[in-house]
Amino acid sequence: MVGHGMTGMLGEDGIHVDMNHLKSGEVNLGTSIMAINFKDGVILGADSRTTTGAYIANRVTDKLTQVHDTIWCCRSGSAADTQAVADIVSYHLNMYAIVNNEPPSTQVAAALFQELCYENKDMLSAGIIIAGYDPKHGGQVYSIPLGGSLHKQPYSIGGSGSTYIYGYCDANWKEDMTEEEGINFVRNSLQEAIKWDGSSGGVIRLVVLTSKGAQRHLYLPDTAYTGPGVTN
Amino acid sequence: MTGFDFSNYNRNAALHAKGVPLPKATSTGTTIVGCIYDNGVVIAADTRATSGPIVADKNCEKLHYIAPKIWCAGAGTAADTEFTTALISSNVELHSLSTGRPPRVITCMTMLKQHLFRYQGHIGAYLVVAGVDPTGVGLYTVHAHGSTDKLPYVTMGSGSLAAMSVFESTWKPNLDRDGAVALCAEAIKAGIFNDLGSGSNVDVCVIEKDKPSQLLRNYIKPNERGQKERNYRFPKGTTAYLNEKVITKEDMKKYVTIEEASGDSNLMEVDM
Repeated sequence: MVGHGMTGMLGEDGIHVDMNHLKSGEVNLGTSIMAINFKDGVILGADSRTTTGAYIANRVTDKLTQVHDTIWCCRSGSAADTQAVADIVSYHLNMYAIVNNEPPSTQVAAALFQELCYENKDMLSAGIIIAGYDPKHGGQVYSIPLGGSLHKQPYSIGGSGSTYIYGYCDANWKEDMTEEEGINFVRNSLQEAIKWDGSSGGVIRLVVLTSKGAQRHLYLPDTAYTGPGVTN
Repeated sequence: MTGFDFSNYNRNAALHAKGVPLPKATSTGTTIVGCIYDNGVVIAADTRATSGPIVADKNCEKLHYIAPKIWCAGAGTAADTEFTTALISSNVELHSLSTGRPPRVITCMTMLKQHLFRYQGHIGAYLVVAGVDPTGVGLYTVHAHGSTDKLPYVTMGSGSLAAMSVFESTWKPNLDRDGAVALCAEAIKAGIFNDLGSGSNVDVCVIEKDKPSQLLRNYIKPNERGQKERNYRFPKGTTAYLNEKVITKEDMKKYVTIEEASGDSNLMEVDM
């Protein structure tokens, strides 16, 4: 193997590339993230752990990133890559709003994310869930996994911790939940993901996106993830 | 042949395949910390620079100036932290001149992260950025790959685990200036004493609202070299001898020819 950070291997049947490989010492979001549609909009949720190898570099990370007023994303994978991508999308959406004199739709935001994630797929390790509310389409959830494909979904889970809650989410998912039911669904799912996944932990952060705007929630492990609840 | 010569690439690939290691850069195996308080922010660093197992500098400076009220603590490759902070300091000053406003900590942090992300981690600079601006107090960490974190207290470098254990056990909200300085100094001392890569002295920088920044160079010197109690110099006459023979210049003329050096420089050039 020659060169820095190269993970390609030449086998008999072609080149094998390990997409999940992170450059040594890179900060990783070994994560549990999700976003759901509910009656009045969308809810995003995430744990708060960032790791460098076995060390927790930040135990209160905010993986829910605002890219416009009511368009947010959940970041998983490399912290550096996802922050860079979110910063670029945020810039373009703000420009879009000024040029067109109206806020961008969630689909536009998702398409921007896809463009960046697909065209730079060899250089990025980023798994992103985009969720937003716009008056025309209501709440929408999109997910962009590693290869850069774009999927519109009723709800989406992601990160290393999501593997433990596929069954739970499938069994408990309902269309058109109330806000309270939605919050409980996300919080209980993430609590389970944190319980089983070593790379996830810390606090649970939620963002509720409705016609009324964005509302943040916080749930601490010291109160068994029951509170304090709304923080703004 | 015109154009770039790529033959060194093949040489390097062959050398690498043979297992020849790359030359080592001076790395600041370091403890750096930062902590915000009511009215400002404190950053601190140890002063050891290492090159492999060798202590390259016992009293280096890891606290870098960015702007009058923004300072940066650097860990990782010494040259990279030095040049990256100098470059951003320069650009921050030009930006402040162009906008006619005092520079912001978040601007500086964004410029650092975008610069480091472009170099995909090849610039080995791990930084703690701290300062005060019109929007308030700022404290961030920036990793070499370009990721950033915003926290009330932070540690970085090889001694970050030792330093963080101090913060996690003794930090409390609403610290005052002296409490924050003492806490940061204690965290650096934990790095100095418990991490092999860190050592020597504690440097501190205090950035407070409505006050000039204070760089407290060698705030604590817990590793002063004391007066040696004994030495290896022997007094004259320590070694006994059986006889003494003095050879004069006259005697030497029996074996070699001796020429007196005159003041005439044309005769012979004498190198110093």
